[in-house]
Amino acid sequence: MEVVMAVVIGGLYAAGVYMVLRRSIVKLILGLALLGNAANLLIFTVGRLTRGRPPIVPEGALQPPAPVADPLPQALILTAIVIGFGVLAFAMVLVHSAYRAVGRDDLDSLRSTDTLDPTPEDEVSPP
Amino acid sequence: MTLLLILPMLIPLLTAVALLYCWPWRRAQRLVSLAGATGLLAASLALLRVVLRDGIQAAQMGDWPAPFGITLVADVFSGVMVSLAGLMGFAVAVYSLGSLDEERESFGYYPLLHILLMGVCGAFLTGDIFNLYVWFEVMLISSFVLLALGGERAQMEGAIKYVTLNLFASALFLAAIGILYGVAGTLNLAELTRRLPEVAQPGMVTALAALLLVAFGIKAAIFPLFFWLPASYHTPPVAVSAIFAGLLTKVGVYALIRVFTLLFTHDVGFTHTLILALAGLTMVTGVLGALAQNEFRRILAFHIISQIGYMIMGLGLYSPLALAGSVFYITHHIIVKTNLFLISGIARRLGGSYRLDRLGGLYLARPALAVLFIISAFSLAGIPPLSGFFAKLSLVVAGLEAGGYAIVATALGVSLLTLLSMAKIWTEAFWKDAPQPLPAAGTDAGMRRLLLPAALLAGLTLCLGLGAEAMFAIATRAGEQLMDPAEYVRAVLKE
Repeated sequence: MEVVMAVVIGGLYAAGVYMVLRRSIVKLILGLALLGNAANLLIFTVGRLTRGRPPIVPEGALQPPAPVADPLPQALILTAIVIGFGVLAFAMVLVHSAYRAVGRDDLDSLRSTDTLDPTPEDEVSPP
Repeated sequence: MTLLLILPMLIPLLTAVALLYCWPWRRAQRLVSLAGATGLLAASLALLRVVLRDGIQAAQMGDWPAPFGITLVADVFSGVMVSLAGLMGFAVAVYSLGSLDEERESFGYYPLLHILLMGVCGAFLTGDIFNLYVWFEVMLISSFVLLALGGERAQMEGAIKYVTLNLFASALFLAAIGILYGVAGTLNLAELTRRLPEVAQPGMVTALAALLLVAFGIKAAIFPLFFWLPASYHTPPVAVSAIFAGLLTKVGVYALIRVFTLLFTHDVGFTHTLILALAGLTMVTGVLGALAQNEFRRILAFHIISQIGYMIMGLGLYSPLALAGSVFYITHHIIVKTNLFLISGIARRLGGSYRLDRLGGLYLARPALAVLFIISAFSLAGIPPLSGFFAKLSLVVAGLEAGGYAIVATALGVSLLTLLSMAKIWTEAFWKDAPQPLPAAGTDAGMRRLLLPAALLAGLTLCLGLGAEAMFAIATRAGEQLMDPAEYVRAVLKE
């Protein structure tokens, strides 16, 4: 099982990095989502995969019988999924308003803040 | 004591909630924001005082004993950083009153500012690496919105680069946390300090160190991971630039210093030498980038990168004096850099531009502003008796003691270039004749709210320089605690 998960995680990372390197801003965001999911699966897998052994303490015992699934990685992933969801929702809105401001879905057209030319904001007269 | 550790997060949170209730009333928002910022400043200074008096403070959230629950820890380094966050929060909250446009004020600027402060303070105080990730995200998401708020084209362009690279860093950080848990079985920093040396795979630990170096390196803007910073820091309103410049990259530096003094000290020859090399390259690229620029805020943005190099240099040298130098440098840098951004905003208000060729005559028209600028600029370059001189001096002495002549030479050379580009701003914006007549003094009623925080921070820079002995004692204490994690571990695990 670990081998399958390792291949899946590797594939997700590769796809994520590839998408981030594309010129389209939409694909960039999709790539970031893939990277986040790859990290979540990675946490899941390195936290040891144990099937069908929930960490439930039987009545009268102080701890569950030996091989049990570790609940902590799942708690971490749950937190990370919620955070990732929020951040991604924001990123979508940002892409949308960037598209409205720039008019193109192309990262190469977002150069004006990196060049030595003055930013457009600077042409505005003082308030 | 538990309460004092929680207050730096609780006050900004409650302030933000109260601000959301005041959404339709701008005047109420301003008052609540100012009250919240004052409260945070008071709480953070009280925490620093307790830490200096009674040693490292730790609190277990929900009374779950460490290492199972989430721990909050304040050592001297955390205490200094939280106090600086409170101080910058206060200065920028006052400055915002005079500098922000109505639109941004009524679309949630103040609540976001306080959420940002909460994230920053949380990151400084947490003793759990996953919790650190969560605070990073709190800080990032509010900084994303602050950066994009207003929706100008330049802001959008800057925000996309900033968001992408920071999310990428977060994904790496998260992966590193997962592997760290798989290797060591805990996420509590103190417990990790004890367990990591016993891990059977030293190669894996070094790989983890490299992964976290990249993740925090992107957030701290070290060479060669800094490209998001000069692309975005000059795009938002100046109050936002100032708080970003003061605090955000420093959270990355804090995280680097924290993990590379607590967790990854098994292979100092490799990891810390790498950090030292990166420090030198960061200094040089930052300052060269600044020399090429002709805009007030862009020059300052590149100088942040250059200065990050000095902070990392102390970590790379890895001795008590060097780390004390780093802590001193961070303190000095946060105050001076925020102030320079605040002054750039005042200069734009007077001259109508951030471009140096359009500014001029500020020295003649506003000598007081010129004095504030010269204090901060000379301090940044490291002219005695200002704070930057003592910060650099301790780093240079630590470098010479460790035999790192190359890094010392780099640091001194970069100081000269820093002075050169500060002189460029001085001759262009302050000394040369004004290209257009400046507004007469006393016509702008909001100006006092802008000058007050700038004067406060310039005064602090002077105090840090003239009373360097007191600050250096605190920094030395912080450096000793960082070099000897035993005290930290004892305070958290209560043994």
